[in-house]
Amino acid sequence: MTLPSPPMSLLAELTHRCPLACPYCSNPLELERKTAELDTADWRSVLEQAAELGVLQVHFSGGEPMARPDMVELVSVARRLNLYSNLITSGVLLDEPKLEALDRAGLDHIQLSFQDVTEAGAERIGGLRSAQARKIEAARLIRASGIPMTLNFVVHRENIARIPEMFTLARELGAGRVEIAHTQYYGWGLKNRDALLPSREQLEESTRAVEAERAKGDLSIDYVTPDYHADRPKPCMGGWGQRFVNVTPSGRVLPCHAAETIPDVAFPNVRDASLSEIWNCSPLFNMFRGTNWMPEPCRSCERKEKDWGGCRCQALALTGNAANADPVCSLSPFHDIVEGVATGLSEKPELLYRRF
Amino acid sequence: MTEAPHTVTEETVLSFARGYRLQHDRVRDLWIVQAPEKAFVIEGAAPHILRLLDGKRSVGDIIQQLALEFSAPREVIAKDVLALLSELTEKNVLHT
Ligand code: SF4
Ligand code: SF4
Repeated sequence: MTLPSPPMSLLAELTHRCPLACPYCSNPLELERKTAELDTADWRSVLEQAAELGVLQVHFSGGEPMARPDMVELVSVARRLNLYSNLITSGVLLDEPKLEALDRAGLDHIQLSFQDVTEAGAERIGGLRSAQARKIEAARLIRASGIPMTLNFVVHRENIARIPEMFTLARELGAGRVEIAHTQYYGWGLKNRDALLPSREQLEESTRAVEAERAKGDLSIDYVTPDYHADRPKPCMGGWGQRFVNVTPSGRVLPCHAAETIPDVAFPNVRDASLSEIWNCSPLFNMFRGTNWMPEPCRSCERKEKDWGGCRCQALALTGNAANADPVCSLSPFHDIVEGVATGLSEKPELLYRRF
Repeated sequence: MTEAPHTVTEETVLSFARGYRLQHDRVRDLWIVQAPEKAFVIEGAAPHILRLLDGKRSVGDIIQQLALEFSAPREVIAKDVLALLSELTEKNVLHT
């Protein structure tokens, strides 16, 4: 048997703690507590094993990774291992000394998230007063440090009309890249789906707005489209167990950050096994790897090695079976579920904030 | 951020922009350029060209050195080097 090809990226979810409470957060509903978190030595070992296995880039995320006092140390470990380090942060815990320390440790890139362009919009989503001012200050500091910065905006029904202003803000703040990401409906996002999902008209308008910015050519733009108005799924995580490995705050190793919803399978943990054993041999990682597990319509579909049947967690959440084709696919017998949600946006429920 | 596009000539001195770097991927035995949110594989002559970028050598020096190393006609090397370096400069992977 040949070993699966090694992962390219590690998503290191250092903590689920976060000063914000975004209702679209893709963290699981069952958030992990501080007492359960891996310690610095554990993470150091995870980074070493990841580099050994073939990981090239590490994305430090959370929660809010800056809530960890060892962030700088982990960046220097990554740097020493020649891993490209990316800090995914809300920016509200960044200040000048911390940023300088991160810079000195060799941080390669920062992805700074904004909830909105207006203070009111940002507070309504993040639930933290004065967060917007702190983020703008963080962006200024990052810009001054010279660390390359991507501004990330998660868009949904409430802020989607302000995409042009998001680009204006990015230019003002000197970001080289902008990511406009439609909410992905996992974890808290799924729980709030009916309050967040934009209408088809709103989606089309947002795509036009992004295209108009792209045409200007001065910014590098990533655009993550929503699944619910599509008829072919995205290649979730580049295929199960093919490119990404995700480690949760307590050390569980997952093929994607929503995989903890999959029933009847053991979740391997870096406390019990090596990363390479887990990547190569664990039942969880082999469960949906490649194409042999696929039922119809994927099994005989010519796109099966392009989208890998879409997202397992979405199939599970919407059809009750993770092995089904992603119901976003119009060839799926369950596609009507997605269409029903996408067209049946009637009453708008209250937002439910992410809480422990 | 909106720097005017540079024309790369033999006099230009280039280096990687912050956030980008050349790296040998030991596990896969490939050369890659690390970039924000992705790593891209580079093949053929590209790694040989890019490993000579040090912010000191001019493009002309690089062409000269490769012509020697590969005992190839200078014009042929120059064409490949200028094409690659112009493309990467346009994409802001390299800068002066
Ligand atoms: S989405 Fe919001 S709540 Fe979730 S980790 Fe990011 S900033 Fe915190
Ligand atoms: S049938 Fe399966 S493989 Fe084919 S497009 Fe749909 S989800 Fe992808």
